[in-house]
Amino acid sequence: MALSANDFTFLANFVKNSTAIVLTPDKDYLVESRLNPVARRVGVASITDLVSKLRANPTINSEVGSMVAEAMTTNETYFFRDVKPFDVLKSELIPKIIERKGADRTLNIWSAACSSGQEAYSIAMVIKEHFPMLSSWRIRIVGTDISRAMVERTKEGIFSQIEINRGLPAPLLVKYFTKAGSEWKIKSDLTSMVEASVMNLAGNWPMLPRMDIVFLRNVLIYFDLQTKRAILEKVNKVLVPGGALLLGGSETTMNVSNDFDRITSGNTFYYRSKGGPQLPPSTPPVSRVPYVAPRGNAF
Amino acid sequence: MALAMVIDDSSATRMILARILGELGYTVEKAENGADALHKLSKMSRPELILIDWNMPVMNGYEFLVKARSMPEYDNVTMMMVTTETEIEQVLKALEAGANEYVMKPFTKDIIDEKLSLLGLGAR
Repeated sequence: MALSANDFTFLANFVKNSTAIVLTPDKDYLVESRLNPVARRVGVASITDLVSKLRANPTINSEVGSMVAEAMTTNETYFFRDVKPFDVLKSELIPKIIERKGADRTLNIWSAACSSGQEAYSIAMVIKEHFPMLSSWRIRIVGTDISRAMVERTKEGIFSQIEINRGLPAPLLVKYFTKAGSEWKIKSDLTSMVEASVMNLAGNWPMLPRMDIVFLRNVLIYFDLQTKRAILEKVNKVLVPGGALLLGGSETTMNVSNDFDRITSGNTFYYRSKGGPQLPPSTPPVSRVPYVAPRGNAF
Repeated sequence: MALAMVIDDSSATRMILARILGELGYTVEKAENGADALHKLSKMSRPELILIDWNMPVMNGYEFLVKARSMPEYDNVTMMMVTTETEIEQVLKALEAGANEYVMKPFTKDIIDEKLSLLGLGAR
């Protein structure tokens, strides 16, 4: 049964306020396809009934609210997605960090909106395969996602056959995975490099370590301009000066933020932080970013 | 257009893979088993890419792979297994015999495209 205009507006406002994802009326098909399974799980007969339940406690912290918010996020991901960002990671970004931070010996990489973890583990595999000299470094690959279920999946590192078929080179499959029934478990030397936690990019950010590299790919496309600006402003503060930001192929900082330079590398590009606010001199090398209030989204 | 070959004893799978490769810009030759493929390869231009099923009558895909890799003229041909064999030992066996990539059935166009992109052979 189609949602009434009133219910759709309520739902769109809830999703916007809790995740900053913008649902326009032409996305009604998406709402139906994503929320019908939620309605069944909750035990109500229709999305209309689901919305009624949500109206009773319209927060992302409620059981129904979190299920609705999670269902409306997109979890499309696969290993080595788009290939080029991992090429630039290997050929330029990590070698430059090794050059620059030889004494510090720390490397922090953030996979923002990591979904089930394929991007974070692809990064880990690039490091393992191509940078054995980093074995003595303190490496943190931090995956965050709005969905608790996705964060748990990232921590587990268990993937279906369809997932390991997508983008994962076969030599890396045999090297880093073991088969467990019909699923594939990533080995502990990679899971130990990846940490994962729940984080709403459009909400209050938890404390994060200063990042050398941020992967924020195919995420900004779901947000309005104001939210994009707020997120990029905070990303710039999380990045070390000169740190690298990788966006999706169809995303840009142009007309959104002036804090980044576009750097061409081979046949692709990334963004480099122009500097961002400096932390106080007493701050230790792997420091924490002070809480930054979100702009424009009150939740 | 780049030339590819699909080797599979299932006519439906041959047709689906040929359609996918066609959409990615390849001209596709089809063979029903390894022996049929070797026969056809001897009479055609060298393909850039060969997709190989494992379990087939007459000559299976692994036997074809070993034979083709023993022939220097196919050194530079990319060979990708597309098979229902899903054990890690089989993947390793195929890689050691010279397969460049490995896809487990069922597959989609995206899966084939993503694997080919890894090999620098995405959409032509």
